[in-house]
Amino acid sequence: MTRSSQQLWHFHGGLKLDSNKAMSTASPIVKARLPKQLIIPTQQHIGEAGQLLVKVGDKVLKGQALTDCTEYVSAPIHAPTSGHIVEIAELPAPHPSGLNTLCVVLETDGEDKWLDLQPIRHPNTKSPAELRQLIRKAGIVGLGGAAFPTAVKVNPGPESHIETLIINGAECEPYISCDDMLMREYAQELVSGCGIIQYMVSATHCLIAVEDNKPEAISAIKAVIKERALHTIEVVSIPTLYPTGGEKQLIKVLTHKEVPSDGLPSDIGLLVQNVGTAVAVHKAIVLGEPLLSRIVTITGEGVNQPQNMDVLIGTPMSELIEQAGGYHADASKLIMGGPMMGFSLQTDHLPVTKGCNCLLVENTPPAPPATMPCIRCGACATVCPAQLLPQQLFWMASSKNFDLVQDYHLFDCIECGCCSQVCPSQIPLVQYYRFAKTEIWNQERDRIKSDHARVRHDFRQARMDREKVERAEKLRKKKELLEKKKQAEAAQKADGNEAQIDPKKAAIEAAMKRVQAKKAAQKTDSQSSQVNNQAGNDEK
Amino acid sequence: MQFKTATSPHSPQQNSVQTLMFKVLLAMIPGTIAMIMFFGWGVLINIILASVTALSAEALMLWIRKRPIKPYITDGSALLTAALLALALPQLAPWWLTVIGTLFAIVVAKHLYGGLGFNPFNPAMVGYVVVIISFPKEMTQWVPPLLEAYTQLSFSETLRIIFGGELPLTYTWDAITMATPLDTVKTQLGLELSIHEIETHKEYGPMFGAIGGFGWEWVNGLFLATGLYLALKGIIDWRIPAGMIAALLVLSNTFALYDYASFAPPTFHLFSGGIMLAAFFIATDPITAATTTKGRWLYGMGIGIFIFIIRTWGSYPDGIAFAVILMNMAAPLLDYYTMPRAFGHSWTEFPHHHKVDDDDE
Repeated sequence: MTRSSQQLWHFHGGLKLDSNKAMSTASPIVKARLPKQLIIPTQQHIGEAGQLLVKVGDKVLKGQALTDCTEYVSAPIHAPTSGHIVEIAELPAPHPSGLNTLCVVLETDGEDKWLDLQPIRHPNTKSPAELRQLIRKAGIVGLGGAAFPTAVKVNPGPESHIETLIINGAECEPYISCDDMLMREYAQELVSGCGIIQYMVSATHCLIAVEDNKPEAISAIKAVIKERALHTIEVVSIPTLYPTGGEKQLIKVLTHKEVPSDGLPSDIGLLVQNVGTAVAVHKAIVLGEPLLSRIVTITGEGVNQPQNMDVLIGTPMSELIEQAGGYHADASKLIMGGPMMGFSLQTDHLPVTKGCNCLLVENTPPAPPATMPCIRCGACATVCPAQLLPQQLFWMASSKNFDLVQDYHLFDCIECGCCSQVCPSQIPLVQYYRFAKTEIWNQERDRIKSDHARVRHDFRQARMDREKVERAEKLRKKKELLEKKKQAEAAQKADGNEAQIDPKKAAIEAAMKRVQAKKAAQKTDSQSSQVNNQAGNDEK
Repeated sequence: MQFKTATSPHSPQQNSVQTLMFKVLLAMIPGTIAMIMFFGWGVLINIILASVTALSAEALMLWIRKRPIKPYITDGSALLTAALLALALPQLAPWWLTVIGTLFAIVVAKHLYGGLGFNPFNPAMVGYVVVIISFPKEMTQWVPPLLEAYTQLSFSETLRIIFGGELPLTYTWDAITMATPLDTVKTQLGLELSIHEIETHKEYGPMFGAIGGFGWEWVNGLFLATGLYLALKGIIDWRIPAGMIAALLVLSNTFALYDYASFAPPTFHLFSGGIMLAAFFIATDPITAATTTKGRWLYGMGIGIFIFIIRTWGSYPDGIAFAVILMNMAAPLLDYYTMPRAFGHSWTEFPHHHKVDDDDE
């Protein structure tokens, strides 16, 4: 069903960009060749890496889990095909930092032998919690590029009620067409996946939002919905405007609602999933297949045959470029993602990860920096979809005024790049915001560290103070005791000379007296000697 | 294969400061040609003189400040300052007056504050204010716009007056210069004449033209037309001229309705002096203007209000330069109090609330 009257709204700013998508949509999706080796990073998602389940030398089957996730925000990885584990090491992976990641290297055996799968033909016979567990085990993450674990996202918690599920097929970045092609060729699976997610979060509606520059995709999905006579799922054609595909911007366009700055879409009864993720959910549940591959757009003026490929996770990028006819002679830049938000890579000897939607090869050499001072023209503020004042943020970030820059909502910046794109002074604005964010995160970490240190120091100080007091108390008590003893001795002294008599002397004296008494008794009677003896005892 | 890396966004940028400045300069050409036609060669001589001075001063200051000279000297900003100032000066102003005004604009108002992008005040207007305060007599040497009662000077005669300071024999200053319409209205209103009497006066009448001053109305009309084009193309922000013209219109209309004998009509206000040049080309200088949407409305309106006040009750016939500089001062404040509501935030939030918290810590 399609509501032709679906009302749409606008978000502030945005840019109309040349889409450049047609170059990669001319041919259908091609299955990429099975490479000799797959390099599968253990960390391809936001959150924690899982615990390794395999060791070097193990033989694994296609679909077998390589890691197990113990943390909540995590996703396991799987063997994309059958073969042997030949290496487990820190290897280069596509990440803006350029740092190495722990990777499992799988030598493929060409048999592509599956693990026993457990498909669920009728997902609604299972509880949402069971399905969530299956999605978690299938290692599904957001395939739009952010790679956030899907199992976490489809579990908004008991307080949130999801009214509408939004399936993001906007794909607003130029050049990228993997979602477009996926919608065209996997419309059945997509609609099925939407239904499963809708069931899991018990959403009453599902809107599949597609930019109006993808009419083929829209009609393909419409046909499936019509064929299945679905009443709660509909396709919405939205105006092509960058960055409509941003989660918050898409929500604004479809519902006029704004996700609170410190909140999540679920706070306003919404859940957004990428079209690729929905297809992955379908595969995980209905076919029982974990996430082993994804559609990657290989495109740009710097590559000979731009196209979309179905690629196993871990395939080296260099092999994909080779299959796409290799580089143009003037290829100058390799970008993972789109031209607006993607990051450029130093080398193509990197594996494709779950979040890798596009490999863009540009042929324009990196321009020499022609940055001029900001002339406060405000073009940046006009296009900012977060309704920020980019030039003010720039002043604050460049003067390292990190308190003020946060007051001007730096952390609402989605780094879409619109401001940099229109800046007449060609200031790399987004770079300044990234710098400021990183600095603030570092400061925050340092602050937490120093807070810990301060607490520790305070404890130590308190302990030392306490000990000091205790020591002083002990000393005082000792002194008191000594004083008492002295006093007692003084009192004894005051009792008289008798007190001074040494007990030994007294004993000797007594003994002497006894002897004398004995002698006397020998002379006199026994009674008088006893009296004498008694007196001697009393003296003691 | 190995690649060089760069940060996103990766597509080459088309826009540049230079393009912006030169588009604005181009849009000034029709109005400038009209000025040359009505007011003679002095306009062109002033522009050339100011431009040469400005570019030399710019180059010298960049060299002293150890900045790259080429990208800044070609950015068009010094030329724009020179052109705006030259158009605001009387056509027969002596050469040194133009040079002093331009030097002050470039050296003091622009570079001593940090150069392009850092100057809080519009350099051309600072230059203008300096010369009008320092040399009030020379600032009255306006040429009458092609009026029959007055002698028209040739190019060489104009050159000799500007650089030699001497009039050709048989000429008197009274024969070749006259007060501007704005000046005349101010003086004659002071002499208890009504607006109607001034406009129909045997001597002064012809200079008022159809709506705002003979010649001036054409010049203003052309600046309005090309200015609207710039606004339409998004090269300048339309809110600043809109706010300025609206404020001037409302104020002049209100006062003229209240007492048409002592207050000039709105058409006269809008089409005499440099109003359209100011509205579309001077006030829209982004460096010195407010930057928020609402701030720009208020900024434009403020300029319009100050111009009306200075024209009507001030001691200068036209108050554009003072009005612009006054609002330049207010721009940071306007920006602060007209911050847009960020996405996902409520209107009640305001940065300084947070700031107070921070200060408390």
